[in-house]
Amino acid sequence: MSEPLLEVDRLGVEFVTRHGDLRALDGVSFSMAQGEILGLVGESGAGKSLTGRAIIGLIDQPGRICGGTITFEGRRIDNLRSADLRKLRGKRIGTIFQDPLTSLDPLQRIGDQLVETIRAHLPLNAAQAREKAIALLGEVGLPAAADRMRAWPHEFSGGMRQRVVIALALACDPSLLIADEPTTALDVSVQAQIIALLRRLARAHNASVLLVTHDMGVIAEAADRVAVMYAGRVVEIGPVADVIARPWHPYSRGLMGSIPSLREEVDRLTQIPGAMPRIGARPEGCAYAPRCPKAEPRCRMAAPPMIEAGPRAAACIVEPAP
Amino acid sequence: MLHYVLKRIGGAILVLVVVALIAFVLFRFVGDPINQMVGQDVSVADRERLRQMLGLDDSIVVQLARFLWNALHFDFGVSYQFKEKVTTLVAARFPATFELSLAASIFAIVVGIPVGAYTGIRPKALMSRAFMALSLIGVSLPTFLIGILLIYVFAVRLQWLPSYGRGETVQIGFWRTGFLTKSGLAALVMPSITLGLFQLTLIARLVRAEMLEVMRADFIRFARARGLSERAVNFRHALKNTLVPVVTIIGLQIGSIVAFSIITETVFQWPGMGLLFITSVQNADIPVMAAYLMMVAIIFVTINLTVDLLYLAIDPRIRLGSAQA
Ligand SMILES: Nc1ncnc2c1ncn2[C@@H]1O[C@H](COP(=O)(O)OP(=O)(O)OP(=O)(O)O)[C@@H](O)[C@H]1O
Ligand code: SF4
Ligand SMILES: [Mg+2]
Repeated sequence: MSEPLLEVDRLGVEFVTRHGDLRALDGVSFSMAQGEILGLVGESGAGKSLTGRAIIGLIDQPGRICGGTITFEGRRIDNLRSADLRKLRGKRIGTIFQDPLTSLDPLQRIGDQLVETIRAHLPLNAAQAREKAIALLGEVGLPAAADRMRAWPHEFSGGMRQRVVIALALACDPSLLIADEPTTALDVSVQAQIIALLRRLARAHNASVLLVTHDMGVIAEAADRVAVMYAGRVVEIGPVADVIARPWHPYSRGLMGSIPSLREEVDRLTQIPGAMPRIGARPEGCAYAPRCPKAEPRCRMAAPPMIEAGPRAAACIVEPAP
Repeated sequence: MLHYVLKRIGGAILVLVVVALIAFVLFRFVGDPINQMVGQDVSVADRERLRQMLGLDDSIVVQLARFLWNALHFDFGVSYQFKEKVTTLVAARFPATFELSLAASIFAIVVGIPVGAYTGIRPKALMSRAFMALSLIGVSLPTFLIGILLIYVFAVRLQWLPSYGRGETVQIGFWRTGFLTKSGLAALVMPSITLGLFQLTLIARLVRAEMLEVMRADFIRFARARGLSERAVNFRHALKNTLVPVVTIIGLQIGSIVAFSIITETVFQWPGMGLLFITSVQNADIPVMAAYLMMVAIIFVTINLTVDLLYLAIDPRIRLGSAQA
């Protein structure tokens, strides 16, 4: 295997509060290959969005990276100065957020937002940037792209706005796209279209995608591999088909209990009894132990390390590799 | 969009008519104007003659119609105290008040918006904290006290600036301006600061609050994720999105600057409409009071209309003329 595009190694993120430092991410590790689509799943609060934000260096105050490394295109980016990080954002790493209705500046025309992004990173003049913007709008499937340049965000439906957001994310041909729940806020009827578009464009631009979602159906449909997060850690990672068919970590097994298809009502992954511990209230040892049917006394001693088995890995000391 | 504009203009006219009605009621029912105009020794017959001459014995409806018709031409008759046409009096005083209010508004806006933006972008910076503390004082000190303090420091102690009046003025057509002479500009400094300070702090605090709010918006996060410069994020996206509420408040505040100029004009003996109004209140000079009322109403309405039209320029969502407006 060639050098990975992105390598996240034991990443820690903490929020500095009056009641002490809260570890939101506690040793997140995974890597992504060039052109790969990696799904990131897990319950609400597991740290999926935070992982994406840490990569682009946009963690909300008062959070900060407190350990580990992020290596992207062969260089460390977790300790870059903000000016250098800005050059990566939008240029080498594109981002798509959950809610297209609020992602676009309501007071700026679609075309201007595209041209602005393109010109922030590429040495193009206004006319060239405009041409590129029109081409991008065409590529994401907006009919009559040239006429749409002058449109305002509020004139578009949610699905169309998400297409514009995708065009913005792809504007400078990034090698990595971070898509944080790109379809959660959309109508069920357009979710599948957007996922298909994202997949097609990522392939066409040879971009990798870190696809954050609650929806195992989306993962099954779009991702090559999947990483399962629980309480600030990756607890299992492997090829989608393997993880879905034969989940290794007991938590993954709980998740895969029922996989809704894209066209069904989105399942909110609530079938596992109990709740994920809040940050600051995580137990010693395996954080899943209080809910785990397989838990043994030794699970509560120390946090289980990732155990590798071929293309798969999981952080469980009880369950044997499948 | 045309619908929106017409609706606003219709509203403005309605407000003016209502104010004219109030002015009429004031005119007709507060005291007996004849008593104000003539001395004790004037005979009843002479009083009646005067009453007829002024049309004060016509029916209410006729008087109201005449009043509205005259008000439409901004004709409020003759001042009781100066025995001069009110229109002439107000026209002579209007430029002074206008220039003072303009200078105070510009001061409040040009200082208030950048200060608000800065404190909103860097809420934790020392400068921001200092401003927030200072602004509390600015909001709580009464206008006349600020004026008197300024006079004490800059006119009495340091003797840098004149303590009263407009300085030298230049007559251009019907307009007497203080903008063109050095002493005119010097005389403008303290009154405009006094008059604009409250509005400055208000605008700055509003811009700050709006900035803090907008900075948390998704589209700002997304603008950062697109790799835009801090400058573009802060000004092109964040500040612009605070403008709709800020313009609203600025519009309202300019209105109150005109209204509050009464106090500032009194403190600095500024020969404007406010000072004229104060003397007319003291002398129950109702025509002048009515004219002042109409004048202030016209200014308020004009500003509000301008604000509504500015919305159109700023926010495309209003242009639809849909429910969002
Ligand atoms: N600004 C913040 N201040 C304090 N804690 C935060 C902040 N942002 C996130 N966290 C904490 O970090 C943890 C991870 O949050 P994150 O948004 O990554 O969750 P998520 O997996 O994306 O969940 P969801 O599916 O709901 O989006 C949460 O437990 C949350 O409490
Ligand atoms: S380590 Fe123990 S508690 Fe944790 S998942 Fe495995 S079996 Fe369950
Ligand atoms: Mg999230």
